[in-house]
Amino acid sequence: MPFAKHLCRTLKSAFCVGHGQRALTTQAGKAKRMNLVSAINSALQIVLESDPRSYVFGEDVSFGGVFRCTTGLADMFGKHRVFNTPLCEQGIVGFGIGLAAMGNTAIAEIQFADYIYPAFDQIVNEAAKFRYRSGNQFNCGGLTIRTPYGAVGHGGHYHSQSPEAFFCHVPGIKVVIPRGPSQAKGLLLSSVRDPNPVVFFEPKWLYRQAVEDVPEDDYAIPLSRAEVVQRGTDITVVGWGAQMAILDQACSEALQAGISCELIDLQTLIPWDKETVEASVKKTGRLLISHEAPITGGFGAEIAASIVERCFLHLEAPVSRVCGLDTPFPLVFEPHYMPTKNKILEAIKASVHF
Amino acid sequence: MGRSAAVLLRLWKRQPVHDSFSGRAFSSNAFAERRAKESKGCITVQIQVPFSLHNLAEGPPVESRTGKKELLAMYMDMLTIRRMEISADMLFKSQQVRGFCHLYDGQEAVAIGLKEAISKEDAVITAYRDHGIFLAKGGTPFEVFSELTGRVTGCAAGKGGSMHLYKRENNFFGGWGIVGTTSPLGAGLALALKYCKKNNVAVAIHGDGADNQGQVYEAKNMAALWDLPLILLIENNHFGMGTAEWRASKKASYFDRVSYLPGIKADGMDVFAVKEALLFCKEHCLAGKGPIVIECDTYRYHGHSMSDPGSTYRTWDEIKQIRQARDPIQFVKQIILKEGAATEEELATIDKQVKKDVEDALSKAREAPEPKEEALFTDMYKHDKKFVVYGCDRKQATSRLA
Repeated sequence: MPFAKHLCRTLKSAFCVGHGQRALTTQAGKAKRMNLVSAINSALQIVLESDPRSYVFGEDVSFGGVFRCTTGLADMFGKHRVFNTPLCEQGIVGFGIGLAAMGNTAIAEIQFADYIYPAFDQIVNEAAKFRYRSGNQFNCGGLTIRTPYGAVGHGGHYHSQSPEAFFCHVPGIKVVIPRGPSQAKGLLLSSVRDPNPVVFFEPKWLYRQAVEDVPEDDYAIPLSRAEVVQRGTDITVVGWGAQMAILDQACSEALQAGISCELIDLQTLIPWDKETVEASVKKTGRLLISHEAPITGGFGAEIAASIVERCFLHLEAPVSRVCGLDTPFPLVFEPHYMPTKNKILEAIKASVHF
Repeated sequence: MGRSAAVLLRLWKRQPVHDSFSGRAFSSNAFAERRAKESKGCITVQIQVPFSLHNLAEGPPVESRTGKKELLAMYMDMLTIRRMEISADMLFKSQQVRGFCHLYDGQEAVAIGLKEAISKEDAVITAYRDHGIFLAKGGTPFEVFSELTGRVTGCAAGKGGSMHLYKRENNFFGGWGIVGTTSPLGAGLALALKYCKKNNVAVAIHGDGADNQGQVYEAKNMAALWDLPLILLIENNHFGMGTAEWRASKKASYFDRVSYLPGIKADGMDVFAVKEALLFCKEHCLAGKGPIVIECDTYRYHGHSMSDPGSTYRTWDEIKQIRQARDPIQFVKQIILKEGAATEEELATIDKQVKKDVEDALSKAREAPEPKEEALFTDMYKHDKKFVVYGCDRKQATSRLA
């Protein structure tokens, strides 16, 4: 079957600890082996413990959720704080906005990012614009929407989508995507505490696959700060979320071919850290962006346009984008659709040899 | 069903047409006359669980007239669905097919009751638990297995998968993954049928969980406002994935949720109840009385999908109990034996034949060719100009998208 033959996402914990990455340390210093699910669960636990006016709600979250991210929370904090909603995404987000408008910390879960579209109106027209149109009288900054996104190998049209680009077009909200367990916990804690509504996309492929040492205590990874995961000199490679693992593999292979890649995890898509990416491109002269979402109108387009605008004279080659194809997310054709390691490697070489 | 359409047409022609959007007035005797003419056999089945009615002075008849041939056909059809779902379950559990699969076993009476009540020209649209409805609308296990295994011979040419089965020539509009989406779509289908003055209805199917989606109410209002011939069929299997209906709904009753729509609740495990209720609903719509809701009280034996064991939110005892007391296939089997429509041996022969047919369909599907790579880019736009997309080799590849 095509899936088994073509799709090979073997993830070693090494991807999370790249060559130049600072190891995450916190004051307490204690770390525990966690996968992405446990890391998110840990973050939610910390929020529910420290903030008595925080709530976690969504479809099926009470028993633990379909991916188990909310396991045990209802038992620990009570069903009045961790509760199920009916099947109504627009209702869930609208309700979350109202709850946040009253000064609460509302953490809404949308079961799959593919189902977020009924809530699109509430996010774009209500959440993003509330503070602005009320002249700062009101806001729903306490709202965080968590949702699993991205390919999973067999998800097909409605369990694999990466809709982040739609939300990056909306001033007033933030879009955050972690690449692994320790980033997820720190970024989620920052997102929940950020006084702006945040849409937090969790790479579902990594829920169980990614395992690493994650600090057990409360810590934050700042938003709108890109992380240079691996330093290099020949080309800047930018990505986020699950794609980072693929990019890491491609960069390792490129190194064997004598190409030194600087790998950057954007982490926050809007507002994104232009300075870090710019500084890197000014050093390397080349840029490659990769994401699972279809290429046309994907967030890579914004990065490409911005960088060309600001770093034109530093560029040695056209900005390259290796992304999903311009088709609906396919079922049997998933391996063809995905921006795989080989496609990226070829693009890196093409850019360097331009 | 061709005969009934002819009867309806004759009756229609005798009535004046008020305006292009009006319904056709019907004499209340026409229903009884037609039903009397249609019953080919002398077997009368009592519908055991009474219908619940909302906004209706009278409901479907409490007994159903059937015959030996129809009984055996129903038995075979339901058994085919059951066997096909068991095969699909094995395919997924043995990892020969991946993706999502939502099995229909336990709910066969709804699909086959629907099949008995409607015609090929009636439009049907359902959600992702569509294998049974697909067969009811004239699909074959071969097409289903082809689609599951991603073959070109699949009903969506291998591009849709389990949730997206379609059959255009039989007016089966699929197979939809997003919950709640079938209601407004069904309203649109119904308007088209009414506008073209067709003697047909649209049946939009959704589940108990989906009835809490906003767009379902938008559709109910539009359909009622414009008197659309829309039957909203709610397959209430009491669980929206893992959430029991009483946890999701303030009022776990779906046929009477809306004050301005009539509704019927039927025993969804009794194929005759479903059939009579749907016949009644179809008459209602074609008489120009507008949409109607029918809630079928049914049950699924498997979990929500292949990722759900189905036992974390309900007990094995509950599933076993319903299988023993209310299994739709056993129910029909008992009637067949009681009425002498067939012997145990004859039924055993039918069982074997159905099993063999389903197995043959699966083997045949496995040998069918897979779609070519180019199929990734086809069927996105209807366009006669070339649209540039990136091919697998990352070079610009021109592809004709149509």
